[in-house]
Amino acid sequence: MINFEQPLITFLRSVNHNQTGQFVYNVEFTELLIRQARRANLLARVAFLLKELELFHKLPKKGRDHLQNALTVALANERSVNVEIREIYKLLSRQRVPIIILKGSAYIWASKSASKGRVFADVDIMVLKKDIDLAEKIFAQHGWLPSKAFDCYYQKYYRTWMHEIPPLKHKRRGTELDVHHTIIPPTSKLKPDPNEFWTEAQLISEFPGLMVLSSVDMILHSATHLFHEGEFDNGLRDISDLDLLLSETMENDADWEGLIKRAKKLGLCRPLFYALRYTSIFLKTPVPEKIIRKINCYSPGFLGERIMDCLMLRALMPNHSSCDDLWTGLARWLLYIRSHWLRMPLYLLVPHLLRKSWMRLTGKSLD
Amino acid sequence: MKIKEGRVCVGELPVAEIKKKLVTDGLRIKIGPFNTSLNSSINSVFQHVKELYSAFPLVKEDEIIDFYVRLEPTSSLRRWVRPQVNFSFDGYHPFLPLPLIQAGAMFEWGLNWCIANYSHQYLIVHAAVIEYKGHAFIFPGSPGSGKSTLCAALAENGWRLLSDEMGLISLLDYQLYPVPRPISLKNESIEVIQKYSRNAVFGQTFLDTAKGTLSHLRPSNEAVYQKDISAKASKIIFPKYKKNSNTDLKPITKASTLLQLADNTFNYSVLGKTGFDTLTEVVDNADCYEFTYSNLIEAIEKMDYLCD
Repeated sequence: MINFEQPLITFLRSVNHNQTGQFVYNVEFTELLIRQARRANLLARVAFLLKELELFHKLPKKGRDHLQNALTVALANERSVNVEIREIYKLLSRQRVPIIILKGSAYIWASKSASKGRVFADVDIMVLKKDIDLAEKIFAQHGWLPSKAFDCYYQKYYRTWMHEIPPLKHKRRGTELDVHHTIIPPTSKLKPDPNEFWTEAQLISEFPGLMVLSSVDMILHSATHLFHEGEFDNGLRDISDLDLLLSETMENDADWEGLIKRAKKLGLCRPLFYALRYTSIFLKTPVPEKIIRKINCYSPGFLGERIMDCLMLRALMPNHSSCDDLWTGLARWLLYIRSHWLRMPLYLLVPHLLRKSWMRLTGKSLD
Repeated sequence: MKIKEGRVCVGELPVAEIKKKLVTDGLRIKIGPFNTSLNSSINSVFQHVKELYSAFPLVKEDEIIDFYVRLEPTSSLRRWVRPQVNFSFDGYHPFLPLPLIQAGAMFEWGLNWCIANYSHQYLIVHAAVIEYKGHAFIFPGSPGSGKSTLCAALAENGWRLLSDEMGLISLLDYQLYPVPRPISLKNESIEVIQKYSRNAVFGQTFLDTAKGTLSHLRPSNEAVYQKDISAKASKIIFPKYKKNSNTDLKPITKASTLLQLADNTFNYSVLGKTGFDTLTEVVDNADCYEFTYSNLIEAIEKMDYLCD
């Protein structure tokens, strides 16, 4: 059985409802909170919230050290991202290539509350599809090279079927960069029109040509990324991002109606359904009754919903032994398969997975 | 010598109890400032701990554990063909598995990794640190520079070991904090130290590791007991072992020391300006040298002389 009464979950829930006073930050609670938060990549966020709520001093010394250290890393991460975004902007703006910053870096540049203690490994940007070859060439000239030696098959895989070029890595600074032309693989069942994102994107002042997605699109992108890609290592972190983005953006009924309208226009109602369902189950994110009724039309059906609950409730728990039950491993694996299924039609998927296993088992490429 | 605070140490537990803790709730060892809980069903890990960690105090029930670490054989068919060991930090596997016979060494490397990545309350210098009469010496150095050999010889000669791999400089008081652990010696250095000191106690010998042959020298009980006593950095010395060379101690500039030391620091960029300020403070208050040696006896004499 899944037990939501875990220090990390109860702590994040209590922040939403101003009930953080209820905890006794003793050794047992603090230690487990830290262990779960570290594995969920939420340690710096927990530290940030504890400081913001002036609860930090209540923790035992060793606990404070670990939390403070996670914050130190998050700050270093932020410094590095800021340098990289400026560098990327400098390179692309010279050629008049507009850029949308995505995900974690965007939360920082748009000063979103989801940037609180957000740690991430790579910078994600989007450029227009017509600009992507030029962008890749400019990056290569300035030290951004493919992060590993992708063989012909992977090159083709990325360029034909994916929404991004093979990931880049700066040869000296070691920072990683993902360059996208849309938010989800073109082969996937969801097909939002990339032009829509550009129309609504928000300019960053003093940086002409540098943008972030609109607040509503940020929510939809985060939801699509979480529920239609297979990686759940940061699942709860993404739920917490969604929780913060929703609380910050949705001030009144009109905002909520706008969110649903936008999801309909982009064809992203299903991921939005999942996002609202699981943020409210996990973190008790307040969603108006009327909106729940509306979005429920986009549920995968009674059976589908039960199955997804069974998988998601496990996969989105912190990836820590204290939160696992017998089925956690299986649930994560099934969701990984599901993400491939959603990403590609079967006639592309089967050969791809066979080839991947062949390469893993033999260490050889087929080319 | 009895341990302060009335703590029980690893060696005082019955052997069966150590084994039981290793396979069940974890053996909770205080290693310098770090509370470590170690889980392993591997016999060589048990041997490693018994031989090298017996003087180390245990963590009490009501204290927070910093690092939950586990060493287990990989669970595939390889168990029978070419058995391997995995290191995990609270469920996270930072490394690829290694041959099972290197399990003890993997514990040391894994713990280094934990400290370097999760202890930013210190500026962490890749260096041996050793103290005599209140003078702490920092020996930064790349592999092969002879820092561990020099450090082991000094430790066998009555100096107090603070650390063999990582110098912990507090961001608050700029003092060096001890994390006394087994000194890892490689290849020829093992024999050199065995010849140098008849009392030296070594753990298992690990053949064919990524760093060649490797063995750990047991730290003295006194060094382990004084794990809470910090020291002020008085000398920063870059050692260089060079075959057939004369013993040569040459002062170097603070600027060059700062740059070289920053290069040898694990978390310099993570700490940003704080890291720079801390390093400057330490370098400003220490004498800085380059030290070439080949004769260990002469090298020790030179170090002793620096303390007078």
